[in-house]
Amino acid sequence: MIAEAGHYALVLALGLALIQSTVPLLGARWRDVALMNVARSTAIAQLIFVAASFAALVTLHVCSDFSVVNVFENSHSMKPLIYKITGVWGNHEGSMLLWVSILALFGGLVAIFGNNLPLSLRAHVLAVQAWVASAFYLFILITSNPFLRIANPPIEGRDLNPVLQDIGLAVHPPMLYLGYVGFSISFSFAIAALIEGRIDAAWARWVRPWTLVAWIFLTLGIAMGSYWAYYELGWGGWWFWDPVENASLMPWLAGTALLHSLVVMEKRNALKVWTILLSILTFSLSLLGTFLVRSGVLTSVHAFATDPTRGVFILLILCVFIGGSLSLYAWRASALKQGGLFAPISREGALVLNNLFLTSACATVFVGTLYPLALEVITGDKISVGAPFFNLTFGPLFLPLMIAVPFGPLLAWKRGDLLGAAQRLMGAGVAALIAVAVLWAWTRGGSAFAPLAIGLAVFVIAGALSDLAERIGLFRVPLGTAVRRARGMPRSSWGTVFAHAGVGVALIGIVCETTWNSEYIGSMKISDVAPIAGYELRLDDVKQRHGPNYREMVAQFSARLDGRLLDTMTPSKRTFTTRGATTTEAALLTRGASQLYISLGDTARDGTIAVRIYHKPLVLLIWFGPVLMAFGGMLSLSDRRLRVGAPKPAKSLRGLQAAE
Amino acid sequence: MMLWFVFALMTVAAIFAVLWPLSRGSRPQNDGSEAAVYKDQLDEIDRDVSAGLIGVSEAQAARVEISRRLLAAADNQRELPSGSNIRLRRAAAVMALVGLPVVAVAFYYPLGSPRLGDFPLAQRDRRPATTQPLDSLVAQVEQHLENNPADGRGWSVLAPVLARLGRYDDAVRAFHNSITYNGDSAERRADLGEAIAAAAGGVVTAEAKAEFERAIALNADDVKASYFLGLAAEQDGRSAEAASIWRAMLAKAPPNAPWRPLVQAALVRVGGSPAPALSDEAVAAAKDMNESDRSTMIRSMVDRLASRLKQNGDDVEGWLRLVKAYMVMGDPDKAKGALAEARQAVAKDPERLRQLNEGLKNLGLDG
Repeated sequence: MIAEAGHYALVLALGLALIQSTVPLLGARWRDVALMNVARSTAIAQLIFVAASFAALVTLHVCSDFSVVNVFENSHSMKPLIYKITGVWGNHEGSMLLWVSILALFGGLVAIFGNNLPLSLRAHVLAVQAWVASAFYLFILITSNPFLRIANPPIEGRDLNPVLQDIGLAVHPPMLYLGYVGFSISFSFAIAALIEGRIDAAWARWVRPWTLVAWIFLTLGIAMGSYWAYYELGWGGWWFWDPVENASLMPWLAGTALLHSLVVMEKRNALKVWTILLSILTFSLSLLGTFLVRSGVLTSVHAFATDPTRGVFILLILCVFIGGSLSLYAWRASALKQGGLFAPISREGALVLNNLFLTSACATVFVGTLYPLALEVITGDKISVGAPFFNLTFGPLFLPLMIAVPFGPLLAWKRGDLLGAAQRLMGAGVAALIAVAVLWAWTRGGSAFAPLAIGLAVFVIAGALSDLAERIGLFRVPLGTAVRRARGMPRSSWGTVFAHAGVGVALIGIVCETTWNSEYIGSMKISDVAPIAGYELRLDDVKQRHGPNYREMVAQFSARLDGRLLDTMTPSKRTFTTRGATTTEAALLTRGASQLYISLGDTARDGTIAVRIYHKPLVLLIWFGPVLMAFGGMLSLSDRRLRVGAPKPAKSLRGLQAAE
Repeated sequence: MMLWFVFALMTVAAIFAVLWPLSRGSRPQNDGSEAAVYKDQLDEIDRDVSAGLIGVSEAQAARVEISRRLLAAADNQRELPSGSNIRLRRAAAVMALVGLPVVAVAFYYPLGSPRLGDFPLAQRDRRPATTQPLDSLVAQVEQHLENNPADGRGWSVLAPVLARLGRYDDAVRAFHNSITYNGDSAERRADLGEAIAAAAGGVVTAEAKAEFERAIALNADDVKASYFLGLAAEQDGRSAEAASIWRAMLAKAPPNAPWRPLVQAALVRVGGSPAPALSDEAVAAAKDMNESDRSTMIRSMVDRLASRLKQNGDDVEGWLRLVKAYMVMGDPDKAKGALAEARQAVAKDPERLRQLNEGLKNLGLDG
C-alpha cells in the first residue's frame, strides 16, 4: 500500500500543479483575489503530496520492498541503513523525485513566507513555478517512474553502485539540487516580472534571499562533490573539468553574476533588464545541467542509466523552457523601464565588470563542455576538451576578475574614485608583494607562476580585510569606536568580506596543491617504507575484512615525521559481490590544512601492492574557501535589513549644501 | 479496500486545497507592495545615518532617489483595483472537482498496480527459506578463514567454489593459500593455473602457463595441466605444438577417459580452422556440469570478455573470439553488433584493422 499511495500522491501533485499553473494566471488577469490565492494553497498542498510521495519511496527503500523495481535495482537488504536512505537518490528515478520535491519545497516556501509580495506577483511566480513542476512530474511519471512494481518480487536486490555507497551521497546531491532548483525561484520571478511588465528595485529585494539560498547550497554542493571525488575516486584530483562538473559550475558562475547584479538592482534600481536575463540564463543552465547529467548524453559516475526516451523528453523540456523564456524576454524586455544611471568608475561599474567576467567565464565553460558533444552529433568525431583548454581560457578570465574583486567594495555608488580606492588598497598590495617575494625566495627554482598567483590570492584576502578596516575606520579612529562600528556594521557587509576572502583562500589552496603536490607511486611489500615530502610511510600489515555487503583488503600504514610516529593510516580496497565492482577507499591524514593521501592499487601475485601516495600541501583550503564563501552568503542572508546604496553626490551638489 | 479509502481521502484533500481559497471571498488582504519596501528603505537610511555608516549628504541623495521610486510605485498601485469574477471561480471549482480526479485516474490507472500489496523484507523473511543462499555459506567460510588463515582444508574446499561462482581473483588467492598450507601438488597447481586463466577472461597468461608447467614438473601425466599447455600453445599460434601435446594425451589416455571427446574436439580444431577458438577452457571447467549450468557459465564468460573489450578495445584476438562465440551461441545479431564495435575500436589503427579483417575472413565472415 505504501508504494501505491506514494504513486498516487505523485499523480495528485501533478494534478495540483496543473491547476496551480493556470488558475492563478486567470486570477491575475481578471484581478480576482480568490483565484490568485489558489496559487498559495495548491503550492502548499503540492508540497505535502510530493513530500508524502518521497517519504513513501524512502520507506520502501528502508524496508527493502523489492516488489518495487526501483528498490530492487538499487538496493540490497544487507546494505547499512544510511545507504538504504541515501540510495533513494542514488539512482535516476529517485534523484528526479528529489528534484521535484525540492522544486515543490521552494514553491511551498514562497507560498508560506511570501506575505510581503504583491498578490499578483506571488500568483505569477507560483504559476511559473508550477509550469516547471508539471513538466517534470510528467517526465517522472512517463519515463522514469520510481513506483513501478514487479508482481513476483525477487529475493535480493541488485545493490547500489558501490562508488555511491559513501556518506558523500547523503550530502552532495541534496545540496546540489537545492542549489540547482533554488534558481528556479529567481527564474519564476523573472518570468513573472516579464508577464506583468513591471520591474523595480523592490523586485530585487524579494528575489535576493531566494537567490542567495540557492547560491549558498550550490557553492557547498559543488565543494562537497569535489571533496568526494577527491577521496573516493582514488586519483587525488579534486576537479577534472568533467562535463558533469562543468554542468554544475556554469549555473554557479551565472548565479554568482546574478547575485551581484541583484545587489545593484536593489540598491540602485539599475541593470534591471540584464538581471532578468541573468535569472533566466542561470536557471536555463541548471536545466541544461540536469539534461546533461540525466539524459545519458554523458557517461560518468553520475549517469545511472541511459535511455533515449528520457533524453528526448528532457531535451523537449529544455527547449520549451529556455526557448520560451528567452522569446518572452525578447518580446517584453523592451517594455521594461530602464533604471538609474551611473558613471563607469563606480560600484555599479565594478559590478558590471564582475558580471562581464563571470558570464564570459561561464561561456568558455559552456563552449568547452558542449562543443565536443555538438561535434560528435554532427561529424561523429570524438574529441575530449580537457584541462588545457580550460586553463587557457578560464584562467585568463579569472585573473583580472581577481584583481578587480578588492576594488569593487571600496568604490562609491554612482560615481567612484579609482585612485582613492587604489590608495586604500595599498596595504593589501604591499601584503601581496611581500607574500610573492617571500615565496619566491623560499621556492627558488620552482614555478615562477605560483608565487604570483598566491600573491594575487593574498591581495584578494587583504583587500577584503582592508575594506573592513576602511568601513570601521580602523587605525583612524580610537579602537573602541572602531569595534563599536564593526558591531554596528550590517551583516551583509561582513558577508561580502567573508565571501571575497573565501575566493582568495580557495585560490591559495588550488595553487599550492597543483604546484607543490608530491607523489610516490610504486609497489610495496609489508615493512617497505615510502618517503614523501619529509614523511615516512611504512606498510605494516595487509588484512582481509568483511563489511556488511562487501569484502575489503585493508592495508595499514604508519606515518612518521622525523622518526616520530604520527598516526596510522588504513586505505582499503572494497569488493562488492553483488555488482562485482571494486572501490578504493583512500586514507587521509590531515596535518594543518595539508593532507597525506594513500590509495591502493592492484595486488600482484607475489603479495606486493601498488600504492599511490600523495602529499598535498594546503589542499584543504580549496574546500575551506567555498565554505567561507557560503558562510558569507549565510551572514548576508541572515541580515533582514534592507539594502540601500547611498549614491555619492556630484561635486556641485556638495557645494550647494555647503552654502546652505 | 483500505487502499481505495486512502486514495479517496487524498483526492478529497487535494480538491479541498483548491476550493478553500475560492470560498474565502475576495476581501482584500494585507499583501505586500513595493511602497512598503521603499518605506523600509527610507527607515534604513535614517538608521545608517545615526550609526555613522553613511554621511549626511549621501543620505540626502539616497532619500531623494528612493522617494522618487516610492512615488512611482504608489502611482502603479492606484491603477489596479481588485475585482472578482464569479464565473471564473465556478469554472475553477469545477476544474478541481472534476478535472483533478480525472487527471489522477487517467495517470494512475495505466501506471499503478493497486492490487499488489507491499513486500517488505521483514515479511518475506518469515516465509520458509528453501535454500540458504550459497553466497552466505561462502561468506561464513570466508569469515572463518580470515580468522584461521592456516586452515589448509578450508582453503581447498573454498577455492573451487569461488571459481565456480566466478570470483576468479579470490579463487586464485584461495588456491595459493591452499598450496601454501596443504603443500604443493600437480593437481593444485593445475587448478591454480586454470583460475588464473579464467580471471584473465580465458587467456592462458604467462603466469598461468608457469603454474601448468610446475604441475607437469610434479606429475608429467597431469591431464588438466597438459590440456591447458596445449591451449596455451594454440593461443600463441603454435598449432602444431598444441596438436602434438593433445595427441600425446590421447595416446596415453585410457579409452573411457571422460575428457577424451573434449581433447579430440580441440585437436580437430587446431587441425582445421586456424582462427582463435571459443573459450574452450570454459568448457573444460564446465565439463562436469549439466547442460544448463554449462551454457550459463559460457555465457557469463562471454559477457566478461565483452565487457573487458569495451574497456580496452585494442585486443583484436579478443574481438575475434567474441564474434565467434556469439555465432556459436546462435546469436548472429550480437555477433554483428560485436563486429561493428570491433571495427570502431580498432578503426584508428590500420595494422589492427587488417588483422581483424583477416581473422573475420577466416571465420567465414567477409571482411
